[in-house]
This record gives sequence, structure tokens and C-alpha cells, in this order.
Amino acid sequence: MHIYDQTGQFANRKRVIGAIILFTALLLLGRLFMLQIVDPSYKAFARNNYLRHVTDYPARGLVYDRNGALLVYNEVHYDLMVIPGQVGEIDTLLFCSLLGIDPAVFESRLLQARRHSRFRASVFERQISKNTFAAFQEKLFRFPGFFVQPRTLRKYTHPIATHTFGYVGEAGPNIIQNDPYYRMGDYIGISGLERVYEKELRGVKGRRIYMVDVLNRNIGSFQDGRYDTLAIAGKDLYTTLDAELQIYGEKLMQNKRGSIVAIEPATGEILALVSSPSFDPGLLVGRQRTRNYRMLQNDTLKPLFNRALMAQYPPGSVFKLISTLIALEDGVITPEQRYGCSGIYHTSGISIRCRSHPSPVDAITGIQHSCNTYSSILFQNSINQARFDNIQQAFNHWRDHVISFGLGRHFSSDLSFELPGLVATSDYYDRIYGPRGWRSQTILSLGIGQGELGVTPLQLANMTAAIANRGHYYTPHIVKAKGTPDNKNKQFALVNNINIQETHFETIAHAMHRVVEAGTGRFSRITDISMAGKTGTVQNPHGENHSVFVAFAPVDDPQIAISVIVENAGYGSVWAAPIASLMIEKYLTNEVNRTWFEQRVLDASFLTANP
Amino acid sequence: MRPSKGIFKSIDKPLLILYLLMVIVGWFNIFSAEYAESHRHIFDLSTNYGKQLLWILTSLVIAAAIILMDVRFFTGFAWIIYGAFLLLLIAVLIFGVEINATKAWFRFGGFQFQPSEIAKYGTALALAAFISKQKNRPKGFGMRLKAFAIVAVPAALVLLQKDVGTTLVFTSFIMVYFREGYIGGIVLFFIGLAIALFVLTLIINEFVIIGILAGIMLIIAIFLQKKTRAILQLVMLFVILSGYVYSVDYTMSNILQPHHRARIEVLIHKGMDLQGAGYNLHQSKIAIGSGDLWGKGYMQGTQTQFNFIPEQSTDFIFCTVGEEWGFVGSLLVITLFVTLLFRIIYLAEKQKSTFSRVFCYAVASIVFFHFAINIGMTIGLAPVIGIPLPMISYGGSSLWGITLFLFTLIKLDTQRMEML
Repeated sequence: MHIYDQTGQFANRKRVIGAIILFTALLLLGRLFMLQIVDPSYKAFARNNYLRHVTDYPARGLVYDRNGALLVYNEVHYDLMVIPGQVGEIDTLLFCSLLGIDPAVFESRLLQARRHSRFRASVFERQISKNTFAAFQEKLFRFPGFFVQPRTLRKYTHPIATHTFGYVGEAGPNIIQNDPYYRMGDYIGISGLERVYEKELRGVKGRRIYMVDVLNRNIGSFQDGRYDTLAIAGKDLYTTLDAELQIYGEKLMQNKRGSIVAIEPATGEILALVSSPSFDPGLLVGRQRTRNYRMLQNDTLKPLFNRALMAQYPPGSVFKLISTLIALEDGVITPEQRYGCSGIYHTSGISIRCRSHPSPVDAITGIQHSCNTYSSILFQNSINQARFDNIQQAFNHWRDHVISFGLGRHFSSDLSFELPGLVATSDYYDRIYGPRGWRSQTILSLGIGQGELGVTPLQLANMTAAIANRGHYYTPHIVKAKGTPDNKNKQFALVNNINIQETHFETIAHAMHRVVEAGTGRFSRITDISMAGKTGTVQNPHGENHSVFVAFAPVDDPQIAISVIVENAGYGSVWAAPIASLMIEKYLTNEVNRTWFEQRVLDASFLTANP
Repeated sequence: MRPSKGIFKSIDKPLLILYLLMVIVGWFNIFSAEYAESHRHIFDLSTNYGKQLLWILTSLVIAAAIILMDVRFFTGFAWIIYGAFLLLLIAVLIFGVEINATKAWFRFGGFQFQPSEIAKYGTALALAAFISKQKNRPKGFGMRLKAFAIVAVPAALVLLQKDVGTTLVFTSFIMVYFREGYIGGIVLFFIGLAIALFVLTLIINEFVIIGILAGIMLIIAIFLQKKTRAILQLVMLFVILSGYVYSVDYTMSNILQPHHRARIEVLIHKGMDLQGAGYNLHQSKIAIGSGDLWGKGYMQGTQTQFNFIPEQSTDFIFCTVGEEWGFVGSLLVITLFVTLLFRIIYLAEKQKSTFSRVFCYAVASIVFFHFAINIGMTIGLAPVIGIPLPMISYGGSSLWGITLFLFTLIKLDTQRMEML
């Protein structure tokens, strides 16, 4: 039937077919060997597919006042996060409508997140509302790659002490690069307490690893949570602030430019730190932060500027306290020595005016009436002392004394962005006038607190505390304890001594008492409270003089030392002194009985366009 | 012919064992790929593994029926079976339902049936019948054309269903033609060359390839020296190859449908789109690549259990093997297939009847094509054309089809010493 042998003809071709099969099988096996055993990248891809690393953010530490009243706390909100490498085909329109954003915005944000990292989470939308969160939570499984991260936002019990608290913002690229703790979207303290105590407040981040399926649904924790860590809440801060006093101080400073700094002399604890104009700390929290910040930045009244720590003024007459103390210590005057004042002081073609007051004056009455003639004489005596070879030596000696009051340098305290002020050096005058070109009369204005002097309100308050302590001070600070109220902040327990005899301080304290009892500050005397003070009127070439007052009380057992500056308000006795007096009354008696006196301050406004 | 008492004795045991082994391996992998805690029991017909159990049982019935039938049914009715399946292929174009843009399915209740899977069977029978009836060795264009048409007609009908994957399976009959002398080794060589050139053109610039071809031709021409005719043939070959290379780009952008083009581009890493066309392949490679030497253990594959791979119980079942059983498991499955193929070829060559031999080779060709392309596509060696892994993948049509093939082969083999 079969004409040719079909089997024999092409039988050898079975070998070719067998070879093709074997070759193909080996090709597949070779590829499998590469994929499964040689190439490690697919194992990493697999982990990225089903493992999600979630950071548990600890609650930021709370902030209390000195009496345990809560000042700063947290409120939970939700950030929508994205891991770009896991974003699948999603219903972009639904997504955008849920979030209320434009599809173009969606694309650009996703691109931005992708540029940051394909596998790490980035913030897609910050602080979504509770309603949006609820709507999202339901449909989240439809948006692989997206998840919601709970975070906390700062909240404030009172809209006070903005500059002291500072604010929290997102860590910038520089910080993220230099500090491995911070990831994109993390928050960090940017100013104030939030900045200085960032390490305490932030706590320790926790980490959880869980598994997800292809729909991004949580399947359970990875290896029963073996690699998970719990978040540890940040430490609470117990500040030295007295909330009541702070509130009252801010109220008194309404419609005024300036600051109040109150310190407890025995400890250096800051009781109140007011910088006016101020703003609600809640403005620099949350989604509106950038917008509000820009608004505050453009405000001509400069509310962002922390005057209490950064404004530097010539101290004016309050400086006479220090120059008199130095003259007494150097023995260039004695307390009883009297000098006549004709209302004007002349020396080598320079004349300094004085207000009319009883003459002659000694150390007590010189302070009491803030006599410019007396201060000029004692300053010249200090600089012209025969024991020094030259004026540089004499000036440096004088300057060392001034510096010892905490002027002209940083306190290195726990306050952020504190400026050092200015006390000019002899080198400075050498440069201006030549080494032989200046005499005591050249720099005479220093004697009455003008000229090359710049002090901050904080330095003024500290200087006053040093006088209240009769010769020493503790670095002014804002945090009493960290973690628990008993865990005292020992950083500022070291005493700073001033090399001037205590008796001289007694003399000055007495003079300051006289200022309030029968001197320039008598208008602000408080019945039943012995107060020591000194007025100052800072010459302001740009406009109305600044009103300055420093005080402490009670005179023999000082509980509070205070400095008040009201810009462009004129004489120290007229506005700064009453404010200081009200603050002291409030702090020592807890209430203010001088209603009309208080109302007068509250009604006053010095907010002119003139800076 | 009565079924003799020793019908079971004459069945080829290695083939039977291989078949059963692979079906069981397949079911366990489908169970792993489809398992979810909410499912009740393994016979749950709402799950793929429950249904697969049903397909296995019916396949065993089909197998038994084939063994008990008279062998002359297959030789005698080959053309009628072929014709019936052709009609089914036409009918599905009219009455079928569309699944994944492919109009290749009949639907009965919750079950679907794909006639193209078993149309291959009719084609194999018809081709065996045609070749066994030839009195002369393959000679002339007309005889070859008839042999090719037997395969080309059903292939064209399947292409009309837009099922490119199954259409391509028909090209596997080339192996049968080769074995039976209908095409020569040179054709096989040029097919290999065409595939290589196609892929190379997609990766490298076509003009560079034409340049390289010209270089090779020049060297050959120098060796040929003054044999003018040979050089003329060489020039013609060069023109044809250059034209082919140049047309690849045209084919890609004008003839292939966008999703096919995307799949090919994905394969060669051109415009790797991990969320679109590349997603399957990427996820598949992740699953297999993360398997390591020993695998993650049965039911322990993270990518499998968390459903990262689409169509995992059907076209991508090899991912489960690769991930949960590792390289060792993959080696085992590949070994099973190679053993099966060699056993079939061994049996083919033992057949006295041409019909049986041709049919055996047809089975080997189709199994080989499915095996090579399916596993190849899960590891990025072949474009994703959606064809199942025989006996392992989920699917009734696929399992019925391979059962028909293998047990018809076994049945024919029981009478290997006879001229059918």
C-alpha cells in the first residue's frame, strides 16, 4: 500500500526536534536561574510590593505655665500620603473630586512626589478635613499607593506668648539631608520653644511594618510585629511663664509697640515675655501657615519681630543705675558727695541738658531725679581715673563692669534668636577717633545711656534683677522642668556674680525706691507695695521718644524684676512706669484695684505708621 | 474491534503517570493562587480550584471514553471531526460571547467553553489523515499547499476571533511538517533567523542591522569568489532580509494592534510601563524572581497570596510554581514537560502507522509551543499572548483539549504495531 518508506526517509529529523526542545528548556532554566538565584532585585521588589512601613508619629510634648496651667497641646489631623511606585490605575476624576483639586494639580503633585522617591511616602495633601478623611477612608482601597497618616497640630489655650512658643513647620530639604531623623513631610520646631526644645518635644517616632494585598488592603502585621517599635510621646515642658501675668501684660500692651519682660530675681525665671504687636499663635499652624506667615511678614507693624529679645535700644536714663554703681565701686564718688546742677552741664564745648529738679544732688537724689549733670560728672570721673595709663585701659575697666550686668552679649539661654545688644569697645573708638583722639567728654553720652549702647528689653530686666539681688543674677530662662514638674532644668542654676560691693547696690536700691516714692516715678506708686524703679526716656531720632521703665518689688524681698519699653510714647514716667506698676501689682496681689489707672493704659494707643 | 481484556496493560504507563502528576501539580498551584479564607471547601464551584476539580473529573471520563472507543473512530472520522470543529469555529464568531476583547467563547450558565482549544485537535487528526494517505514523498507545490491549508483554515478562523495567542499555536505544526519532510531544514533555519531578526530590529536600529547583514554577505561573497549564480542568490537574499528588517517597524506600527505592540515593546524594555502593559510581566517576574532556590513554601508566596499577579490561575500559573517552589520547583515542572515531550517523540517513532506518528508529533508540537511560550512569557522571554500551560493552568477547555490529545495518542499507541 505504501510506496515509499515514510518512517525511514526523515527519521533523523527527530534528533533536530529533540535538540530544539532541549535547547528551549535550557534557555528557560537559564533565565529562571538568573531571575531566581542571581538577581537580588526581584526580592526587593517583592518586599516593596507587600510591605508597608508606617511611621507612628508621637504626640509632641505639651507646654505648661509655672503653675501647671496648660498652654500648648495637640489636636489630631490627617495627612494624605502617597507612595508613587505603588500608584496604580486609579479613577483620577473621583480622586480629585473627593479631594477638591484639579487633575492638573494631581499630576504635578504626583510627579513631585515621584521625584523625591518612588518607594518612600511623601505628603500628597496636608491636613485633610475630617469629612474628607471619612469619604476617603471608604474608598481608599480604590487608590493603591495612597494612605492616610494621622498627625498632630499645635493648639493653644490662650492666644498668648506667640514669640516664646514659636512655631512648628515642615522640615526643609537642608534639614532632611543633614539629619537622618527627619523625612519629607516631618515637622520640626522653627522658632521659640519649639525650636530650642525640639529634641525633647518631638519624642521618638515609632515604626510599624504591615502587609498589604494588591488592593492595598491591610492583611496584618509583618512577622507578628517583630520589627515594630512604639512611638514615645515627646516630653512636656514646664515653663517659667505665669499665664495670668502674660495675658495681662499682652492686654496692657495692646495698641502699643514695645515689650515687657518680667523675671523672678531669685531664680532668673522669666515670668512674662511680651512683645507687642503680637498675633495669635494659632495663625502659624496648619494649612494656612504659609499664607498667614506672608501676611504677618508684610504687616508694617512687624508682629513677627520679637522685640523682647531682638529690639536693641539705647537704655537712656535707666543706664544711670549701672554707671552710678560703677562709680561708687571705683570710689570716684561717694554716696554722700553732692554736686550742683544748673539744668545744663558744660564740658569742653559739649553741653547736656537736664530737667529742673532740687539741687545739689547726691547718689540717691541723683537717681531719684535722674540728674544728667550728676551722671555726666561721675562718668567723666570714672573714665578719667589717674590709676590708668591711658583712656583705653580706663574704658575697658569700665566696660568690663557694664558687661558683667549681662549687657552686650548673649545669655545663651533657652530663648531662640536673642540678640547680644551693643556695648562699644575701645577699639571701636580708636578706629573712629584714633588711639589718642578721644577723651571722656568724647563719649560722654554713654554716661546718660545714649550713644554707642544697645540693650534688649530682656537685658534690661535682667540688669534690674541683678540690682534686686544686690549683685548677682541667674541666666534668664523660660523652661523650669522637662518631662515631669520635678525634673528641674539645672542648666541655669549657676549664679553670675557682679564685682561690686553689696552696700553700693543697697544705695542704688534705696535710690530706686525713692524714685517711686518721691521721684520721677511717683505717679506709679502702689499703696502697700514697696517698689523700686527707674524711668528712662530714650531719644529717638526718628520720632517720639521711647518710654522706658525698670523696676523690682518688694524692695527688701524682690519677687519680680521688670522692664517695660513703650516705643514712641514719650517720657518713661508717663507710660512705661504705670504699665510696670500694674504688672507688679497683678503679680504680687493677683488683682488690680486701680481701675482708672488701668483703663488709662488700656485706652492708650501709640500705633503710628512711624516705626 | 473489541476492546481486549488487556486494554489497561497496553496503555503507556509513563505517559499516564506524567499526565496525572501534572494535573495534580496544577490543581495544587491553582488552589494556592486562588485561596482565600472566606472560601468554604475545595468543591466550592464558585472558586477556580473547585471548578478545576470538576474539569479534572470530566477529563478523566473523557480519557476513559477515548480508551474504550474503537481506534478506527479517530482514523475514519478524522475529516468529519475536523469539519465539525470548523463549523464550531464559525458558530462562535456568530453566537459566542466576548471576553477580554476576544470572541472565542460559548457560555453555558457559569461555565465557558473555548472551541479553538479543541479545534487544534481536529486539525491534528485531519493532518494525520492527509499525510498518511499520500503515496509519494512530499513533492511539488500543490501537495504542500494542501497540507498547509489544513492548518491555515482553522488558524484563520481563530484569528478572526481576535485570539492571536491561539492562532500562533497553529504555527507549531511547522514541527510536524518538518518531521514529515514538507519543509526542509533551511526553512526552519530561516524561521529561526526571522524571529531573531525581528527581536533584534526592535532592540537595535534597523539600519545598523542591515549594515551588519551586508557585512556578513560580503564576507560570504569573498569566499564564493567567482560563482556568479551563488552571488546572485546571496544578493537576492540580502534584499529580502533587508526588506524584512525594514518592514518590521511598519508591521509594528501599522499591522499589530496597540496592545500587542505594547506587549512586544514591554518585552524588549522599550518604554517600560509598569502600570500598563508591563504590569503583568513585572509582577510575574517579581513573583518568580523572589522565589530563590527553594521557594517561599506552599501557600506562603507573598505575591501569590496577596494577588499581585492578574490571571494567576490561568496564564500566569507558573508564577505560583516559581514563587512558592523556587528554582527547584521550576526545574521540576520543566523536567516534567521535557520528559513528556521526549516520551511522546519516543512513542511517535515506534508507531508503525504514519497516521499515529503524525498525530504524536502534532501533540508534541502543540504541548511544546504552549510550554515554551507560556513559561517564556512569565519570565520575559516571550510576548504575553495569553496561552495556558497545559495541565497546570486553570481552565476546562484547555484541560479537555490536552486530555483529548494525550489519550487519543495513548489509544493510538495501544495499537502501535498495526497499520491503521
